[in-house]
Amino acid sequence: MKILVSVGEEINEDDEVIKMESMKMENPIYAPASGKVTEIMVQENKEVEADDLLLVIEAAD
Amino acid sequence: MLEAFVNGFSGLIAGFLHLQAANVIMIMVGGALLYLGIKKDFEPLLLVPIGFGCILVNIPLADLMEPHGFLRTIYDAGIMTELFPLLIFIGIGAMTDFSPVLENPLTFLLGAAGQFGIFLTLALALALGFSKLDAVSIGIIGACDGPTAIYVTSQYAPHLLGAVSVAAYSYMSLVPIIQPPIMRFLTTEKERTVVMKTSRKSVSKTTRLLFPLIITVVGGLIAPKGLPLLGTIMLGNLMLESGAVERLTKASANEIANVVTLLLGISIGATMDGKVFLQTQTLIILGLGFIAICLDTACGVLLGKVLYLTSNGKVNPLIGAAGISAFPMSARVVMKEGQKYNKKNYLLMHAMGANAAGQIGSVIAAAVMLSVLKGMGII
Repeated sequence: MKILVSVGEEINEDDEVIKMESMKMENPIYAPASGKVTEIMVQENKEVEADDLLLVIEAAD
Repeated sequence: MLEAFVNGFSGLIAGFLHLQAANVIMIMVGGALLYLGIKKDFEPLLLVPIGFGCILVNIPLADLMEPHGFLRTIYDAGIMTELFPLLIFIGIGAMTDFSPVLENPLTFLLGAAGQFGIFLTLALALALGFSKLDAVSIGIIGACDGPTAIYVTSQYAPHLLGAVSVAAYSYMSLVPIIQPPIMRFLTTEKERTVVMKTSRKSVSKTTRLLFPLIITVVGGLIAPKGLPLLGTIMLGNLMLESGAVERLTKASANEIANVVTLLLGISIGATMDGKVFLQTQTLIILGLGFIAICLDTACGVLLGKVLYLTSNGKVNPLIGAAGISAFPMSARVVMKEGQKYNKKNYLLMHAMGANAAGQIGSVIAAAVMLSVLKGMGII
């Protein structure tokens, strides 16, 4: 897994925020909303489970 | 003395003098397969030995496929005895996690729909005048599974082995190009954007252990002629799931599978002698194989649409395309295609269910077909 954003960064909806490797394929994870990244809950190259929280976005108004 | 020297040296150009146009063409075909494997990364593990075997067998006077030739020895030992595809199957079983299917048994249906191409192509080949046994071997390209195709063809139409296996393996690697247009043609944009919920049902260890045993016994009783295929893939899977024989599981999935892939590839290449391979029949077989895989995809997606309707729009019909045996390529295609229309759509694990079901489906379809044909007295 590769994290493509950093805390404090402003992002737009549908920006690619994380690249996750699964089944030998890189799967892009896109932002569900625009806003500011306030917290990143995962570490690069660590495994995650389904439904794990990956990062927190403070939605823009 | 001088004459003896001249005669001796003329031996060095005998190979060139015996080279026929068919051999030259096939050496170029071998070169093209090597190019696709090495430069384009299309199934290199198979295309490199196949391409090289093809070049070897088309060099005149070496007699590599004559009795006692080294390629003939490998071919007789592993292809004619059906051992190579079966050993590969143990490895496939040892590599494949069937839990996405067990989590959502509905995907079994998609894995079955993805096999329809086999039967439609069989009918088409019969209509085109191929003999019954040849038609069976051509239809099996629709299983989209190299070892299954080689197993069936080596038994019933060994003279078609080169054409059938080259078709099976090349179309498998072309899945990312063949499938998307069919998927788009058969679905509406609304259907393609359906987001499927993730389920976190876990499958118990007992279920995962019982699954290969039950499939082997029940499947074997229904289709005894296909038991070698089913039995080997399920033995591999039982070893994987039991966790008790890690060394055997690893050896089957790695060392044994690698060695056998090399020997299998080179023996398949060895069947591509210009005299046998360069016939219109080969082109027709390549064409029919292409149709088979298109039909598999279409049937899978159409069943996906039925599930979309019956589930009130909860199933994305695109996952139907993954009901074939090209694993996990086909599931990746579905994931990518779904994300093209809705970036927040992650269909991968649903498609993996259909894909794993397609893996079993192709083996069961081949087994059932062999047993039905046996019952009809055709084989």
